[in-house]
Parts: sequence; structure tokens; C-alpha cells
Amino acid sequence: MSIQIDQVNKFYGQFQALHDVSLTIPEGQITALLGPSGSGKTTLLRIIAGLESAERGRILFGGEDISQLHVRDRNVGFVFQHYALFRHLTVAQNIAFGLESLPKKQRPPKPEIRATVARLLEMIQLPHLANRYPAQLSGGQKQRVALARALATKPRILLLDEPFGALDARVRKDLRRWLRNLHDEFHFTSVFVTHDQEEALELSDQVVVVSHGRVEQVNAPTELYARPESRFVFDFLGQVNEFSGQLKEGRLVQGDAWVRLPESPSGSEAQLYLRPHEVRLTSEPSEQAHFPFCIEAVSLIGSEVRVELKAQGWQSEDVWEVGISHAEFNRRQPRRGDRCYAVPDIAHLFAEGQDQPRTISWGDSA
Amino acid sequence: MTETVTQGAVATPRPFLVKRNKRVLPGFTLSLGISLLFVSMVLLLPLSGLVVEASGMSWQQFWFVISDPRVVASYKVTALAALAASLFNALFGLLLAWVLVRYEFPGKRLVDAMVDLPFALPTAVAGITLATLFAETGWYGQWLSKLGLEVAFTPVGIVVAMAFTSIPFVVRTVQPVLEELSPEDEEAAMSLGASDGRIFRKVIFPALWPALVTGAALSFTRSLGEFGAVIFIAGNMPYVSEVTSLMIYVRLQEFDYAAASAIASVVLLTSLVLLFAINLWQARFLRRLEGR
Amino acid sequence: MAESARHQVGSKPLIKWTLIGLALSVTLVLLVIPLVLIFSQAFSAGWGTLMANLGDEYTLHAIGLTLFVALVTVPLNLVFGTALAWAVTRFQFPGRKLLITLIDIPFAISPVVAGLLYLLLYGRNGWVGSWLGQYDLQLMFAWPGIVMVTVFVTSPFVARELIPLMQQQGSQEEEAGVVLGASGWRVFRHITLPNIKWALIYGVVLTNARAVGEFGAVSVVSGNIRGETNTLPLHVELLYQDYNIVGAFASASLLAAIAILTLAVKGFVEWHQARERDLQPEHRTEK
Repeated sequence: MSIQIDQVNKFYGQFQALHDVSLTIPEGQITALLGPSGSGKTTLLRIIAGLESAERGRILFGGEDISQLHVRDRNVGFVFQHYALFRHLTVAQNIAFGLESLPKKQRPPKPEIRATVARLLEMIQLPHLANRYPAQLSGGQKQRVALARALATKPRILLLDEPFGALDARVRKDLRRWLRNLHDEFHFTSVFVTHDQEEALELSDQVVVVSHGRVEQVNAPTELYARPESRFVFDFLGQVNEFSGQLKEGRLVQGDAWVRLPESPSGSEAQLYLRPHEVRLTSEPSEQAHFPFCIEAVSLIGSEVRVELKAQGWQSEDVWEVGISHAEFNRRQPRRGDRCYAVPDIAHLFAEGQDQPRTISWGDSA
Repeated sequence: MTETVTQGAVATPRPFLVKRNKRVLPGFTLSLGISLLFVSMVLLLPLSGLVVEASGMSWQQFWFVISDPRVVASYKVTALAALAASLFNALFGLLLAWVLVRYEFPGKRLVDAMVDLPFALPTAVAGITLATLFAETGWYGQWLSKLGLEVAFTPVGIVVAMAFTSIPFVVRTVQPVLEELSPEDEEAAMSLGASDGRIFRKVIFPALWPALVTGAALSFTRSLGEFGAVIFIAGNMPYVSEVTSLMIYVRLQEFDYAAASAIASVVLLTSLVLLFAINLWQARFLRRLEGR
Repeated sequence: MAESARHQVGSKPLIKWTLIGLALSVTLVLLVIPLVLIFSQAFSAGWGTLMANLGDEYTLHAIGLTLFVALVTVPLNLVFGTALAWAVTRFQFPGRKLLITLIDIPFAISPVVAGLLYLLLYGRNGWVGSWLGQYDLQLMFAWPGIVMVTVFVTSPFVARELIPLMQQQGSQEEEAGVVLGASGWRVFRHITLPNIKWALIYGVVLTNARAVGEFGAVSVVSGNIRGETNTLPLHVELLYQDYNIVGAFASASLLAAIAILTLAVKGFVEWHQARERDLQPEHRTEK
């Protein structure tokens, strides 16, 4: 079932948590609501569930307006950030709770409920813990029980609030993969809230970036990373290197550093954003760009070697980060304190007073 | 995926103008209704009786009653005794809380349980017990009289009774704060070379004292109104050992409702002001701790 | 190791044992010996006399009246306290903070003043009392008055026990129940009630202890009619004023026994809650 959010506004007293949010969440996909804390993403999720109500606007499930429907009657699955398992019920009783809450006419007979619970316990791979209490489970186990409990009534929509926030890195990865498989099998519409960009990009089909109660950008993960539409999205998604300077004769200049621009934008100042993998390291400056650096740190962990660079003869607010392959690392053997130059292949230019970037490519010419 | 379940969810959208129930959790109207009914009938309505009775008096009459020398003497006795009792409790309540949180020793659980005895024991029982203990022939009285100290039927007896009934307030407000105190602060101070005494004064006490003040203030408020425990041991001599609650009681026995109400309104106003002050103080202190 | 491995302020043996000694002395002198005295006085004339004292017609009547008052008061305040705690911890509404402060009023007011408030309103000259008087209904100097003031002085106990606990537990579990389609009653019965059970029991025990033992407020509205409006604490006073010390302490020992029971229940409830907390592996890391 698709979800449509139509001009939703939410206030807490004087504070406006959501500004005219409109959004379509396609059926059968996983959508991530991504944003920093306090951006309104959890509020939006709770409004979809019916745990909060909006002052203005509508929520539609499969084209039907359900804004007036009580949470109880929306039949959504909701997984709470801290699981909210019923601490005085066993794992099995927790999972059965939703089925046993159905009105008498729709409630399945007891043996059927038991069978459903057993099946769900199989699915979450915890049949041996059926009679434990939540306090006796680990965080990852609690999370799975919370999921099974939410899925027991077969909702078409599954909402998850920071589903992996409280888990440590390894368990988080396993669970993420597991949730992905589960989703591919059952094809419910899922929406999850996260502040972790990696999680959003890895798990979802569609990412909604939220900031200050507004939707910044909606895109597939690959698109979002390749073509951020605003400074906020750029800053929020992954590491970015920044260069700000004055426009002079087709070049962007600051101190000893400069880069030649294929076409000159308007205004006198501009900023250039560069992803770590869009920059190469050379020992000599090129025709196109002159970014002198001193290597400050080299980190070998991961699939790439991360090199941290300190600007030489010009100012940069943060150190630059450049990713190089292990093969290239072995060839060049960069070391702390070495001098080098950065050469961009692709960069994103923010002209003065503009929030939309223009992507520039130098191709192989450099 | 069964159709029935999901259809039930969306098949009955209500018209837009229906007043929506914004509360997610059930029972708002019921629980608030019961609370308001109860608070207004049981707590607030009776206050109106006092207002009616007191407003029947002229200002002169009212002032005459509440400034009667015997009544004024009772204010002094009550306030001074309550002050002494709450200071005693601040000191020994802190000691008990400290010992209960910091040390392991045989009988600790018994001490912890016994601290609540004054709350659980009816005040009249506490009264006759203390009076018997401190009477001249009593277990304590006979030793004290050898030392030339008289407690029963003197203002000191009032202090004893007040201290007994209200010591749990201090222990139970200080104890949780002491438990929450992080050992790192102390260890940091120690690593900086501070002595135990200095750490207590500069690190521990500043964290404790808001709770200590709250506890002592609660103890003081309770002591001001104490009746059952006090009257048996006080001797109730006019101008010397008569507390204000007893003054109200005496006026009632004389069927002088107006005078009783006038004195009661002074007592009531004092306790309400204290109650609100303590609440404000606690709110401020919580804000500081939670950084809000 | 007998000593804690951690060095803390006041862990030097001399200071430590001085403070413990002092605390034990204070407890002994201020709390334990008085309790011992009550029973020693009650038994001072032998078991037979104690039984005779308790079996006395007026004493039995006082016990009956006291139990009756507690039996009416406790359920009323149980409902009120639970409703109030639910309202102020599960919802935001204007005046919420004021409501929380208002329920402390009975704690702050002198019991004599509390009694007087009821006497003024419901007594023969009060505006409600005089109106009821036309129908020959007398509340003061009769059992209804005693019940009313007892409800007043004990009203904060249940709510005071529940509010901090329910605030700390938060409403996520209840919300989860509602999302799963549970009705209001089902949420309360299966989710909230098991979570607050122990605090509720302790609140009830405290309410009961105070209801049974209230003296000042009851003494103002009771009229102290022997065999009619005399509750157990009033009976204790009466016997004591009659110089029947052993008789007074016999009745007092019953009240003291209830107090000890209250402390025992409190100890049990705290032990239970501590055990539940220890079961929570919140701080354990994932393996």
C-alpha cells in the first residue's frame, strides 16, 4: 500500500516541527527518512502511524484519507526506537498481543494464534526463547522480537523508528541484511527513520532527506549521493572537501591555491565541493588545478586508503580527505609530512547566493 | 496477507468534520474527570468553609484573635521547636543517609527499614510512647533527670516529638541524591590531591545540599502542623509549651469556631506558602541538574 | 575483601566505624527502643491482661470502626490515585503541574486544620452542613465525618507512589499496545497494571497505615463518643488520659503491629523492584 503525505504541518506550541511536508512513499519499497536529530523525521513517522496528529494536512494510505483514523484502526506495524516490549509478558505473549487484541469476530482461534507465533519465532530465529522475558534478551534479540510483534497482524505498512540506533556495529549490519531479506520476501511498504547516512543508503530504495521540518531531497540512494541538490544534503551525506575563493579570470583563487573553471559563473565568490573519491593525488600540480597540501595522516583500514591533507599556503576550514586504492598506495607510498597536490576530476560548484550546485567535470584532460 | 485485516483499516474513513480524538492513549477524559472531581470535592471545597467562616469576622476581630498573647506565644513555641527539630534532622538524617549509602555493616537493612517507622506509626502511639520514655520514671527520663535534664512536659519534649515524626523526610530526600553521586567526581578530586575533608566540603556537599534543604524544609512544614505526637509529651502549659495546632483544638473545644478559623487560616497560609516554595525550589534545582 | 576496593571519602576505618556507631545509636535510641517500649508496656501485666484489654467492648468497637474507615478509604484513594497518576503522566494539558502540587496539600496541612476545614463546611453551622441538617443528615461527630477527613489526609499516598514510577517508565509500552490495536481497558489491564503493581501495593499499604492511625483530623470531627465514634487511635488517647497506661499500650501495640507490617511490605516491594532492575541487561554489551 502506498503512503501519501499531503501538506502536513505540525506545531509544538510556537515551534513548527513540520512545514508543509508533501511526499509519496511508493508501495512495496523501503523508504528512509534521513536527517539530523531534531529535524522532524520521527515526528513525521509518528504522524503516519497516528501516534501524533498534524494541525494541517492529510495522510493517505493507498489513496484513501486515513487522517481521522485512530492509530488502533490503522493497522500499521510500528517498531519503537527502544523496542517498547511489554516487560511483563514473555516473548511469545508479546508477539501474540496484536492478534489477541483483534475484535472477537476477526480474532483467529487460539491454536491458530499459537501457530502464527511459532512461525514468527522461526522467522526471527528465536524459537528457543519463546518463554523468556524481554529483560533476559540482548539488544539484537529484542529488536527482532519487536519486529515479529509488529508483523504478527500482517500490516501492509511497517514503520521503524531508528531501528538499529541502540545496537553495536556488527549486530547492526547483520540485522540490516536480515531486514532487507525479510522485506524482499513479504513486500510490505516500509518507512524507517535514521540519522545514519550509511544505513539509509544501504537499506533503502528511496531516501528522503529531512532538515528543519522540510523535505530537502527525495531520491534513490545512488542518485542522492551523485547529485545532491543542496549544501545541506551535500554536507550531510558523506565526507566532503570544501574550497572557497574569489573568481578571477575564469579561475577560482584563494592564497596559493587555484582551479581553472570551464565556464565562469556570475558573482565574485564561489565554493567548490569535492568528494574524496573525485580527487586524485599527484606529486606535481596540473594545468587545471593547483592545490598544495601536506599529508597529515594516512589510514589503511577499509577497502580504500584514506589520506588526510592539510592546506599549504591557503586556508581550509577542515582537513581534506582523499581516498586512494591500496594498489596506488603501494605504488606511491605517501607518508606523513610529504608534500603533494590534489587534482579534481569532478566537483560541484555553488555560485554566490545559490543553493543549487552545478557539477563540473574536467574529464581526462587534467 | 489476509484482506480482511487491511480492509478494516482503510474501509471506514470518517468524514473530515468529525471532531478528531487527538489523544493516542485512552482514558484522558475519565482519568482527568475523576482527578478534578476528587481534587475539587475533597481538597478545594473544604477550603471554602474556612474562607466563609473567616470572612464573617471583621479585620479587628480577626487581628485580635490571631495576635492574642497566648496565641502568639504558641507561634513562637511551634516555630522554634520545628526549627530545632528540622536542624536536628538535617544533621542526623544526613548521617543516616550517608551511612546507609556508603557503608556495609551488620544490621544495615534493619536500619534502612526502621527509618520509615515514624511514617508508619500512628502519631498518637508515637506520642504516648515518647511521653512514657521521657517521663521522670521512664527509661530515658530517669537517666536524664539525674543529669538535671527535663524533657517531658517542656518545650524540649515538643522538639523530640517533632524530630521523631519527621526525620524520614531528610533521610529519604538525601539518600537517592547520594546514591546518584558519581564516584568519578570524588576520584578526580582525589587524583588532584584533595583531602577527604576538603572533598566532602567542595565536591560532595554542594551536590547534596539542595536535597538536604528540601528534606529539612519538608521536615519543618510537617513539624509546624504536628499534633498527635506533640500533645502527649508537651505538657501543654499556656505560654510555655502549647503548640498552635493545640490552640486551634482548644478554641474548638470552647466552640469558638471563628477564633479557631482565624488561627487556622494563619497556619494554613504558612503551610501553603511553604509547600509552594518547596515545590519551586525543587523545580529550580531539578532544572539545574538536568540542564533544562 | 572486606573493604571496598575503591577508595572513597570516609572509607578510613576510624571515620567509617565512628559514623556507623553513631547512626546505629541514633536508630536505637530514636526508633528501636520506642518500638520495644510499646510491646513491653502492652505485655507488662501479662498475656491475660493484654487479651482482656483487647477484648474489652469499647476496644473491639474501636477496632471495628477503624477497620471500616480503612475499608472505605483505601478503595476510594486507590481509584483516585491511579486516575490522577494516569492523567498527569500520560497526557499534557494546561494546569498539569498545578494538579501535581495540589495533591500535596494534605501533606502540608496540619491534621487539626484539616479536621477543622471539614467541620466548618459540613458541621451544623457550615453551608453544606446546615443544608443537610434540614434532611436530618449529620456528617460531623459521626462515622461519615471520620471517613471524609481520613480520605482527605490519605489522598496523596497512592498518587505519590505512582507518579515518579510512571513518569520514569514512560508511555512507549502503552503506545505500542495501542498501535497493535488493543482497547483502552486491555492496555491498562495487560500493560500498565503489571508494570505498576508493586508501587500500587505499597501505596495502598501506606494509605491503609495512615487511615488506621490518623489522630488529629479524626479527633476534631469525631466527638469522641465511646463505643460510637471512637477509632483506635482516639481510644488509645482516651485510655491514656484515664491513666490506664497498660490498656492504652495494648491498643497501641495493635497499631504498632500494623506499622511493622507496613515496613515489611515496603521492604519486600523494594527487594522485588531491585531484583527486576538487576534482571535488565541494559548495560551488557552485545555478543
